[in-house]
Amino acid sequence: MTALNRLLGIVSSLRLTVFCLAAAFVLVFVGTLAQVNHGLYYIQEQYFQSWFIKWSLTPDGFKIPIFPGGHLIGAVLLVNLIAAHIRRFSWTWRKLGIQLIHLGLIIMLAGGLATDLFSVSSYMRLKEGETKNYSEDSDRMELAVTELNAQDGDQVTTVPGARLADGGTLTHESLPFKMVIKGFFRNSDLKMVTQESGNAAASSNGAGARISIKSMPRATKTDDHDVMSAVLEILPNKDGKSLGTWLVSAAMAAPQDLEVDGRRWSLQLRAARYYKPYSLSLIDFTHETYPGTQTPKDFSSKVTLTDPTHNETRQVKIYMNHPLRYQGDTYYQSGFEPDNSGTVLQVVRNPGGHATYVACAVMTLGLLFQFIYHLTRFARRAQPVTAP
Amino acid sequence: MNRSIPYLVLLIAGLWLGSSWVSPKPKPNDFDLATFSRLPVLVGGRIKPLDTVARNSLLILRGKQTLRLTNGDKMEASRWLADVLFNAPVADTYPVFAIANQEVLGMFGWPQADKKYGTYAELQPYLQKIDEEGKLAADTDTKQRSPFQSAIYNLRNSLVLYQRLKESVHPEDATNFTAEINTYAAAVAACASVIKQGNAQPDKDQIALLKTSLARYESQAQGSYMLTVAPPKGGKPGDWLATGTALIRVDSPASIPPSVTAFAAMSDAFRAGKHEAFAQAAAAYAETLDRAHPDWTGRSTYELRFNRMEPFYQSMVLYVGAFLLACGSWLVCPKGLRKTAFLLLLLTFAVHSFGMFSRMYLQGRPPVTNLYSSAIFVGWGAVLVAIVLERMFRDGIGTACGGMVGFVTLVIAHHLGSSGDTLEMMQAVLDSNFWLATHVVIITAGYSAMFLAGMLAVVYVLLGVCTPLLTKDTAQTLTRMVYGVVCFATLFSFVGTVLGGIWADQSWGRFWGWDPKENGALLIVLWCGLILHARWGGFIRQRGLMAMAIGGNAITAFSWFGVNMLGVGLHSYGFMDKAFPWLVGFVIIQGGLILLSRLPASKWASFRAAGRRDLTAAGFGPPA
Repeated sequence: MTALNRLLGIVSSLRLTVFCLAAAFVLVFVGTLAQVNHGLYYIQEQYFQSWFIKWSLTPDGFKIPIFPGGHLIGAVLLVNLIAAHIRRFSWTWRKLGIQLIHLGLIIMLAGGLATDLFSVSSYMRLKEGETKNYSEDSDRMELAVTELNAQDGDQVTTVPGARLADGGTLTHESLPFKMVIKGFFRNSDLKMVTQESGNAAASSNGAGARISIKSMPRATKTDDHDVMSAVLEILPNKDGKSLGTWLVSAAMAAPQDLEVDGRRWSLQLRAARYYKPYSLSLIDFTHETYPGTQTPKDFSSKVTLTDPTHNETRQVKIYMNHPLRYQGDTYYQSGFEPDNSGTVLQVVRNPGGHATYVACAVMTLGLLFQFIYHLTRFARRAQPVTAP
Repeated sequence: MNRSIPYLVLLIAGLWLGSSWVSPKPKPNDFDLATFSRLPVLVGGRIKPLDTVARNSLLILRGKQTLRLTNGDKMEASRWLADVLFNAPVADTYPVFAIANQEVLGMFGWPQADKKYGTYAELQPYLQKIDEEGKLAADTDTKQRSPFQSAIYNLRNSLVLYQRLKESVHPEDATNFTAEINTYAAAVAACASVIKQGNAQPDKDQIALLKTSLARYESQAQGSYMLTVAPPKGGKPGDWLATGTALIRVDSPASIPPSVTAFAAMSDAFRAGKHEAFAQAAAAYAETLDRAHPDWTGRSTYELRFNRMEPFYQSMVLYVGAFLLACGSWLVCPKGLRKTAFLLLLLTFAVHSFGMFSRMYLQGRPPVTNLYSSAIFVGWGAVLVAIVLERMFRDGIGTACGGMVGFVTLVIAHHLGSSGDTLEMMQAVLDSNFWLATHVVIITAGYSAMFLAGMLAVVYVLLGVCTPLLTKDTAQTLTRMVYGVVCFATLFSFVGTVLGGIWADQSWGRFWGWDPKENGALLIVLWCGLILHARWGGFIRQRGLMAMAIGGNAITAFSWFGVNMLGVGLHSYGFMDKAFPWLVGFVIIQGGLILLSRLPASKWASFRAAGRRDLTAAGFGPPA
């Protein structure tokens, strides 16, 4: 049992706390500097939301972990905190503040982990007069295969973009054809095929017959996004005779049509959609500036919220620092179309969000208590001493 | 020491302060610009006195709020502005365009001196060239620009600003503006009445006059830097107009807004050299505005006084005085000098506070709204805590540190304020007094505490290494001070960071986004946590605490400025390439001080003087 005791001793030790804090400090500092070259999101993924920071000699070489990532440091700190709490807990006034602070920290770390794992952020773009019942996540793509004019309206089958990266063949019971992934590009650059360029067309059919494709390194700038593309070969289940290849790409706005067995289908690689049981329509977007300047003063979107399941229809104004919260989703004023004709709302679903608020309240209470308790003692102890 | 000496020093400082409250008397046979300076106009979304416009414009053009003429004479900003607005040919001969770049100087064939102040007249032959090169530079990413490109880009902006200023009251070439607008308004009225009668064609000459006038006023309205035409009583800030816009709306001589006629009268009198007529026109207009918009003119008059007093400059000087007196108290006459220093610090703090609260009144905002005001607040908070420390310990250390931090932060503020109006309007997402008053103020107070703790630690190291003054008692006092202030910094940095997270959750939909500014705040919190836990665990003793507190200086500076220089994320308000070498220098100095604190004890002058046992017993640190 002594080995277990020693282990518990290490796990709950102040030395481990100091070590974790120092590691966290180094991680945040280096990560912040690395953001200059690699962008906010890449670093977030590689440094802060990972178990290890990995490094390799060559871009495609074997990656070795060189420093603990945010999740590992957070997890060890969490274990350290809980262990220390259990071991050293005592119900005294002197320690009450400290204990509240650390309890808050435990809740905050746990909540942070939950947010990392479960929160979903997406966008809803609305033109004036437009109505939508879904939001889109442009960081995640999906391949949508839609049967047009089916008996019960349009029938959509979707495949996550990440699945396309695995290659192979895509089949689904609702589809009378197979799709063989002939090419996949996480980030790509599309160009029209011209006589001078002499580039090969990306696919035999559809818009891709006039487009050439080039693989690109992953986007790193804050405002840049990867342009995902794939080349698919369509093989009907009936005779297995290839209909040719189609190019699908995030850069292509319109879906492409094809016909299989006399039924019409469309293919589109689009931002992943989250459908809601209610809809929003934009009545008006306003963009105010300070008099005599171009400095924005306020953006606001007037929308109508329609929820048939709850018999709700009401008008809401969404503006800076005043989001709309409905059914677990929160809508923030995020941006607008360049000509002010439409709005961009950010939609966040974060089940772990409340934990953070609870943690904040507990910690603030603890800090205030601790501060006041010590200040009174500090003031009592401070006595004039002779000048140096 | 005589008991009255502290109060005598205070009196002298007070007299010096008071001397700036007296408005300058106009020279005989010259224009009285006192009334002119306080007239409100609208620039950059804010109503401000012409004095502020003049000072900020000069600051942008030549880096100073006053003008030095070629013959060495000093000229007030408002006098310069009057020339620019009313008498452009004269203003064109003033050396206001600061050019320091050798290549730019070479482009004009000028001798490659250190710095040259060019006049508009001198630059006129090169305007097209500057415009072309400046446009090229404007298309280049800020970080990619060569020094030449930055310089030419700035020069082009300066020239645009100057040209727009000249167009602000009336078209630059107007000679008798009163007569011009009256003729124009009469022509509008005549044409309108002819058309109303319906039977005759309006006079051809008058139609031609209207055509050229309308085009002329349209272009004035386009070019004007400020909106000078105040709305009638009850109007809103959004109702201010440029002269040209107001004239286009005129339908008869009687309908010309009073602002336009008043500025026309001032302009004509100024060009004709009629001092009295100018003063009368300005006074009459000021009175009209006082009646119609007492709130606006009240603020703008207050702002004029605030500009003249320069409270932050005064505080800068007095803080140095307090610092020197406090340091002196450790060498000679401890009691008297310490008291003098403390009283002077209190007086300076009052002036500093007056300046800060004046800005809050003028802007109608909490104290921290941009980097400039954050520097003012960081100093203010640090001095406040230093005053409390001095009251508790009465050893001059609080006063010395307060004076030093106050001085340095105000110098930083002075340099941050060189880009123009520091009372600018807020970007939309920041337009929330609640969050500005809580998150921003608290996090900035955390910076104050970090810097004060760092400064106290610097005092410990310098006193200990270089002088025999660091006794066991002083060392313990300083340790208690640093520890207390670090606790204070932890509280404020942490609460401020959490409040920032809540604000971000409210407005961007995420509590934490690993944005560089957020990371900077987290670094301070982590560092404070590290200091406190290392101290509790006994991993560091006195010297370790001091070294870490000094490290806190570097980390706070990084969080305050460094992350803004990275140019990524939602919080990056402007790339500050000029400040970068200063930040690096500051961090290197902190590194040097940390190394100094790691010197073996035998190298510490105080340690040798006090004897080994004394300081070791005080928890000085592991014996070397």
